[in-house]
Amino acid sequence: MDQVVANSAAEEQEPAPASKISAQGVDVSYSGKQALFSVDLEIPENRVTALIGPSGCGKSTFLRCINRMNDVIEGCTVEGKITMDGQDIYDPDLDVVQLRARVGMVFQKPNPFPKSIYDNVAYGARIHGMNESKSDLDEIVMTSLEKAGLLEEVKDRLEEPGTGLSGGQQQRLCIARAIAVSPEIILMDEPCSALDPIATARIEELIENLRERYTIVIVTHSMQQAARVSQRTAFFHLGNLVEVDDTEQMFTNPSDERTQGYITGRYG
Amino acid sequence: MASNPQSGDHIVRSYDEELAQLNNDIIKMGGLTETQIARSIECVVKRDPDLAMQVIADDERVDELNYEIDIQTTRLLALRQPMALDLRHIVAALKISADLERIADYAANIAKRAITLSSAAPVAPVHSIPRMSRMAQQMINDVLDAYIARDVDKAVAVWQADETLDNMYTSLFREALTYMIEDPRSISICTHLLFIAKNLERIGDHVTNISETIYFLVHGDRMRESRPKGGDANNLNLSTADADNGDAKE
Repeated sequence: MDQVVANSAAEEQEPAPASKISAQGVDVSYSGKQALFSVDLEIPENRVTALIGPSGCGKSTFLRCINRMNDVIEGCTVEGKITMDGQDIYDPDLDVVQLRARVGMVFQKPNPFPKSIYDNVAYGARIHGMNESKSDLDEIVMTSLEKAGLLEEVKDRLEEPGTGLSGGQQQRLCIARAIAVSPEIILMDEPCSALDPIATARIEELIENLRERYTIVIVTHSMQQAARVSQRTAFFHLGNLVEVDDTEQMFTNPSDERTQGYITGRYG
Repeated sequence: MASNPQSGDHIVRSYDEELAQLNNDIIKMGGLTETQIARSIECVVKRDPDLAMQVIADDERVDELNYEIDIQTTRLLALRQPMALDLRHIVAALKISADLERIADYAANIAKRAITLSSAAPVAPVHSIPRMSRMAQQMINDVLDAYIARDVDKAVAVWQADETLDNMYTSLFREALTYMIEDPRSISICTHLLFIAKNLERIGDHVTNISETIYFLVHGDRMRESRPKGGDANNLNLSTADADNGDAKE
């Protein structure tokens, strides 16, 4: 009897995942005004990590550090260390274009290119030289659309413009586009803010499926969404990482008063 | 209005008001339950069947409150999507309400038996009942104080006191058995007394549930001690021979 109990307990416990991204002492400033203060955060592999916090807390700033999107913001300085699989992503020898293929990003407002559905997905693969032949490209496009849960809906109209799709479909197209270049990490900045509840639920279902292959970091304003989709949650406040914990723990029994205040709606 | 001592104000004020209302309803239900126990024992001691009928009728008020609290908690869960402390507060209210409802049921059961007892000649073991009941009442009183103040130390102390109550039950059990062996005509009455004592013992168990819930409410964690299980009433097996020899175990 004891053996049976021990076995089922072992099955239920997933092995602790490796750290995909490691941030140490990260400081970010915009034209001298500091937005992030010495952030230490581990992002586990093949898990969904949610970043929550009130407006202006630095969560999107931190997200943009991971694929170096902050590089394109004038006056933005990033200090400290961020590694991916142990490799420093701010190493001057690192090809930032390659980084942005490995680390995909999906934005709040779906932003398909003014191209066909097919070309939206194929674009990244083409410029990264990932296709040897037309059939390679077809394969990449179809697989990506399938993984993004969009293929069934668009397979008969791939040459139609991406902008003609509904909001939820456009967002899934953007996800397919990100997946097409075989990323390891997908960053999502409030991906469902502009979507209705049904479209949101479909994206959340998609996120659950995606985490088997990818590491996902999602910034969200919705505590309930963070609670639904993530396994780890990090709470930011005024540029500081206040608390990071297993999602279940964070929302049932957080350690910090500030976290409790935010998630229970006592202050924002 | 009594407020939750561990919270600041919610930005949405009505949420605060609803949580405070829930808190107050638990306190009200607890007070009512305490009174029911006190009155039920009074029926036994004073041999008052009229009071007993009233206690039985008043159990409905406790049931009403339980139902109210069920509705309130369900509503809060659906409409407020509570998190952390608020979530635990609401879940705790649900559990405590269920335990209080059971305790009040036991009080009503005691009152029912009091009616039977009042029409028969009193027996010696009945004198142990008030002492046991006072202990149970004190435990309820203390656990409600612990809930109001969110005082975990007090909740744990109440939880530990249940062992004493269990021991009292075992003594009473032994006393009643001995009495029944000596005078079989007293078997019927003594059996009723045993049920009353058992009800009081079960009340103590439900109070320990409330203690554990308070612990969870405050710490978000489980009280890691095993439930006190004093006394060996379940194992008692006196024979007529023991009664003849005069029970030296006492």
